[in-house]
Amino acid sequence: MLKLENVQSGYGNKLAIKDISIEIKKGEIISLIGANGAGKSTTLMTICGVVACRSGRITFQEEEIQKKNPDEIVSMGICQVPEGRHIFPELTVKENLDMGAFLRKDKEQIKRDMDYVFSLFPILAERRNQDGGTLSGGEQQMLAMSRALMAKPQLLLLDEPSMGLAPLVIKQIFEIIGQINKEQDTTIFLVEQNANQALRVADRAYVMENGGISFSGTAKDMLSNPDIQKAYLGI
Amino acid sequence: MISLKELKKGLLTSLWFVFLTFPIMVIKVDPFERTITWRWHNAVYMAIGTFCIFFIMKFYMQRKEMKKDTQKDSNDSILQKTLLDTRKRNIFIGTVLAVALLFPQFVSSYQTNVMTTALMYVVLGLGLNIVVGLAGLLDLGFVAFYAVGAYSYALLNLHFGLGFWTVLPIGGLMAAFFGIMLGFPVLRLRGDYLAIVTLGFGEIIRLILENWGTFSQGPSGISNIPRPSLFGLDLSLGQAINYTYYLMIVFVIITIFVVNRLQDSRLGRAWIALREDEIACQAMGIDKRKTKLVAFSLGAFWAGAVGVIFAAKTTFINPASFTFLESAIILSIVVLGGMGSIIGVIFGALILILMPEYLRALSEYRMLAFGAILVCMMIFRPQGLISNIRRTYKFDKTNLKTTPK
Repeated sequence: MLKLENVQSGYGNKLAIKDISIEIKKGEIISLIGANGAGKSTTLMTICGVVACRSGRITFQEEEIQKKNPDEIVSMGICQVPEGRHIFPELTVKENLDMGAFLRKDKEQIKRDMDYVFSLFPILAERRNQDGGTLSGGEQQMLAMSRALMAKPQLLLLDEPSMGLAPLVIKQIFEIIGQINKEQDTTIFLVEQNANQALRVADRAYVMENGGISFSGTAKDMLSNPDIQKAYLGI
Repeated sequence: MISLKELKKGLLTSLWFVFLTFPIMVIKVDPFERTITWRWHNAVYMAIGTFCIFFIMKFYMQRKEMKKDTQKDSNDSILQKTLLDTRKRNIFIGTVLAVALLFPQFVSSYQTNVMTTALMYVVLGLGLNIVVGLAGLLDLGFVAFYAVGAYSYALLNLHFGLGFWTVLPIGGLMAAFFGIMLGFPVLRLRGDYLAIVTLGFGEIIRLILENWGTFSQGPSGISNIPRPSLFGLDLSLGQAINYTYYLMIVFVIITIFVVNRLQDSRLGRAWIALREDEIACQAMGIDKRKTKLVAFSLGAFWAGAVGVIFAAKTTFINPASFTFLESAIILSIVVLGGMGSIIGVIFGALILILMPEYLRALSEYRMLAFGAILVCMMIFRPQGLISNIRRTYKFDKTNLKTTPK
């Protein structure tokens, strides 16, 4: 579905990601784990077109997207939940969700999708008229994910959904990531620091180090790999 | 209630003010007699005055804090509540409209003229409100678009003899075009940097008009610009003033209608979202570039159209009418009235334009009062006189229970 081939990108005269290749198939959950500054978020931003791709090819459903604008990429069915949530603090929960469906015109289906995300996160239904900025961190993360779902993406990119959340909330969020993948048939690309949780929910995973992919394989293999255990799982 | 610490702070504040105002309040130099009079009593008055004001302010701030705790809706003014109720709103709008229509019949043409000016600033404020209030792009050079509109009419009329009604849309479109011209280079800028560039843009336009004599007739300006025509009828001066007034009323109504529709549209949502979080906007697939450019050009359009009316109303324009001070006043209208709030901007414009006219006796202190009012506003009502009414649908408790849990 999404294929990165020898992609390089970065900021100014520094390359943040060097020559990485990733392949995501339809219906999978793929995790990208790694330390701070390894280039995980930059990879996501490059896919979305926010950071320019310097060389290499990015194809989404057989179509090259590395030269496209962010809004064109979203309209093709790739939606991102940015790191640090980035909800609209002065819009209500409902308006935030409406913004997610910005590019869609099918009113009926939008309404049904909104009911769906409310069923995923009932707390948002209760707070639908509250300003986004008044929600707690966990609720904001739920809102950011719901907002991305409202765009009805085929590929959902999640950037550190566990950032700054309590363990219980993290568990709930990851359960829902699995649920979205099954119920909506949404392919998910997950960037995480929390390697333990990320590998449990994923089918396959890539490990990033210093801007390159250092290891890849099925999530099960990774969980039992002693090197990974030592470096990322703290066992 | 007043602690020793606050007392000390009050004393220090008043001492500081005595020091600040020392040169103008205490020292009086007589250049002919070559003497200096020391008016020490003034320093004492200043100290006592500041001290009192300090505690009055403290008192109000405290009351405001208390209010915030006890009741949630203290921000909703009576006016907002009136506007939310459809029936009351219709009565309110009807009354305002009736007063506005009958206004020129009861007052002198001077008053009508002043009111027309105020209405022009209402439209300018609403135009800038799109850029600053909705899209959150701080524009300090808005007057440039106003100048573009005014000069479009003056020059097209001078060289090609085009009439008011032909130039009205052309002036607006010219300004919109200039809005896009300004928009392109500043797409990447935000906040302070954007403000500086727009400030520069405003000055560039004014300087061009001032110095390119062959094009714009320089600082001497263009005179004998025809007033708006009415089916070729000959109007006396009084009639022409009334006619411009009614024209402006119609124009204000059209502007309010359009801006209101824009605010609720998809585009308006995109602007508000852009103001709140650019990264999230990109993630939602909003075309950042297009949205910003549309905001700039639509805001500029209104300024250009008002510029045409301004040229027609005064029949004379020169670059001195388009200084930075004008931009600052328009921006103050938006901020004072309440960013993003249409009714707030209308009130802001009426207050800021009419007040100096009726307080001409105090004209020397005008800028002082202006500054003082703005400072007070920022302390007591940072959201503006009438903050934006957000359309929200309130559920009562019985309704809440039926939502899926």
